[in-house]
Amino acid sequence: MRTTRALLAASAAAALLLAACTTDEPSDTAAPDETAAASEQPGAEGEDEETADGEFFVRADFDRQLAQRDVEPEGDPATPWLQAIEPEYVDTAQYAQDGNTLCFSNASVSNPWRVTGWITMQQQVEVLQAAGEIGEFRVSDAADDDNKQISDIQAFIDAGDCNAIIISPSTTATLTPAVEAACASGVPVIVFDRGVNTDCMVTFIHPIGGYAYGADGAEFLAENLEPGSTVLALRILPGVDVLENRWAAAQEIFADSELEVLGDEFTGGDGAEIKNIVTQYLQRGEVDGIWMDAGDGAVAAVEAFEDTGNDYPVMVGEDELSFLRKWQETGMTAIAPVYSNFQWRTPILAATMIWAGEQVPSEWVLPQDPITEEDRDDFLDRNADMPSLHYAKFGGEDLPGFPSAWQDR
Amino acid sequence: MTVTAPRPTPQRSAGSRAGDLLSRVFGGGSATVFALLIVVFAAIFIVNPSFAEPPSLMAFLKQAAPLMILAIGQYFVIVSGEFDLSVGSLVGAQVVIAAALIDGEEGRTVPVILLMVGFGILVGLVNGLITTLLKVQSFITTLGMMLVLYGAIRLWTGGAPTGALSEAFRQPGRGGIDMAVVRQLPWALMILVGVVIVAVAVMRSSYGRTLVATGDNERAAGFSGVRVWRVRTLAFVVSSVLATLAAILIGGYAGVTAQVGQGLEFTAITAVVLGGVVLGGGRGSVVAAMAGALTLEALFVLFNQLSMPSTIRPAVQGVIIIAAVAYAARERARPRHHQEVPSQPQPNEA
Repeated sequence: MRTTRALLAASAAAALLLAACTTDEPSDTAAPDETAAASEQPGAEGEDEETADGEFFVRADFDRQLAQRDVEPEGDPATPWLQAIEPEYVDTAQYAQDGNTLCFSNASVSNPWRVTGWITMQQQVEVLQAAGEIGEFRVSDAADDDNKQISDIQAFIDAGDCNAIIISPSTTATLTPAVEAACASGVPVIVFDRGVNTDCMVTFIHPIGGYAYGADGAEFLAENLEPGSTVLALRILPGVDVLENRWAAAQEIFADSELEVLGDEFTGGDGAEIKNIVTQYLQRGEVDGIWMDAGDGAVAAVEAFEDTGNDYPVMVGEDELSFLRKWQETGMTAIAPVYSNFQWRTPILAATMIWAGEQVPSEWVLPQDPITEEDRDDFLDRNADMPSLHYAKFGGEDLPGFPSAWQDR
Repeated sequence: MTVTAPRPTPQRSAGSRAGDLLSRVFGGGSATVFALLIVVFAAIFIVNPSFAEPPSLMAFLKQAAPLMILAIGQYFVIVSGEFDLSVGSLVGAQVVIAAALIDGEEGRTVPVILLMVGFGILVGLVNGLITTLLKVQSFITTLGMMLVLYGAIRLWTGGAPTGALSEAFRQPGRGGIDMAVVRQLPWALMILVGVVIVAVAVMRSSYGRTLVATGDNERAAGFSGVRVWRVRTLAFVVSSVLATLAAILIGGYAGVTAQVGQGLEFTAITAVVLGGVVLGGGRGSVVAAMAGALTLEALFVLFNQLSMPSTIRPAVQGVIIIAAVAYAARERARPRHHQEVPSQPQPNEA
């Protein structure tokens, strides 16, 4: 019995010790493979685990997205949801339908960004229903469950009366066969937001992407901080490709800069967790900049600086209103990268365009411009009555439901 | 069949009497948590001596207070032999309710807080009465309540909280009395101290003894005149009300996010178990449960101070918790001199 207890105590001690050791070891990242796309430089100490394999970093995509930021999109800047960057149009005459039932398989509405977009989408549908362009709008929500979404899509196929299927996939690889099955059923398929590993759909709609998002913030920090400054990266979850791309791009930028990345922490997007982590980093030493892979809880991070009596950091948030308001109030140096929320309008419009036989881009890349200090106040004015967890670039100001539809959630 | 033979009664020394006293204060099996707490804190101080400065400690306690309060609430339910899985959802629901109803208006702070307390009591009553009167296992009752609250809030808000908390609402969780040395004496800490004093007093009162007796042996307690349903229902109400208090502190601390409260029920239960309180009821002290919560929070800090990659933290945390609880269970299983010797199972005559 005594031995067992000693063993237990030893194992507990060992667990602590091992944990401590991992951080003392020099970076064990394999030498960057020059031939493969994964040529990530190990960043600061303690953040190298995720980058070693380069699973979430494809240099070609990174370079393309960064270049797309400087491309003038085609279309009217007043309706960014109809703009497209370097579009390659495809004919849609073969998809002509004799009905106008629109089916939408949604991954979830489990975060404020998706909720905002979902409202915009419904408002857009109402307009087109009133105009008679869309008949029934059928929706299934998979609540972030891949299996549920696969059966949702199958149900649409089996019903046989969808004239177009819009899919916002919950995960990339798992949903690919389901999207392929939808394509095989003969109706036009539109995929938006997260992608799938097939090009069978008529159009894939998305903003520039995660690399551009991550780079926008990281570049801003590199430009606005003195060399040698410290940056803390706050991330929501590991393993989600859209978020991993943002972080991979940021690491790429940080590696080329003189900034020291103190660490990257997973917060689950929980304000209390964010505040705890930032407070603890501030107890350890100075933090000059904060990079976040999504703006949820950016305000909590800022408050940690206030409550501990530290100067405001250079801040990377998002176009969520709570952050924009805090930014205006405090006058700190900040940027709000944008993952264009107005993309939720585009698939609906794309469906009606396809039914009308109009050409659509096969890959419909929407503009994705960060909000900077110059246009921040403009966006705040336009969204003055909106709740704090609303996204400034939701793109629904011209819809008849504005503003009450977005206020009464 | 082997029954561990009771050891001969050891000689009582002054040391063992002192130990006996300590073990009575802290409850059987909960010495481990205090030892672990000291070890973790020592490790933090070694890694980062600046953490020992009063302002850092105050910031730590401010942040740890909500979990400690939740753990105290959870202790009441667990020691009575039940579970309360609904507290995490309740915290989330209460913060969302507060934000939606206050909507930034200072004047609504107090009425809304009263309403929240009322809602907390209601949730506790429903949990308690369904468990005790309808005889639904509390694991299921509160799991159901967790889902109901989660779903109801999602339905009500459409997935994203609206409104804003008032400055006054945020004070208890965020503010404090500014003073020298500690920089700020957080309200959260004072509230925590108040809750602990009341909780200790309640556990020493007849209600507390009845509660533990109920958890230890429901039937025996029933035969001796305890109205089990009332005692347990009250425990659920205590848990829900303390969850409401925790919600006020968490909402105040960090504001409204959609994820607030998620997973807190399991952290609270872990804290209580880490404190040496036995799942199934009847054993453990409220102070140790609170120490369990403090230890958990301290572990998170330690991981952070060690710059441990966040991906392996849950695994390390799991190992430490299992080791600590297993160690404590060993401790408890060891026959002690002042413990009644388990009687040999009588062969059944019938």
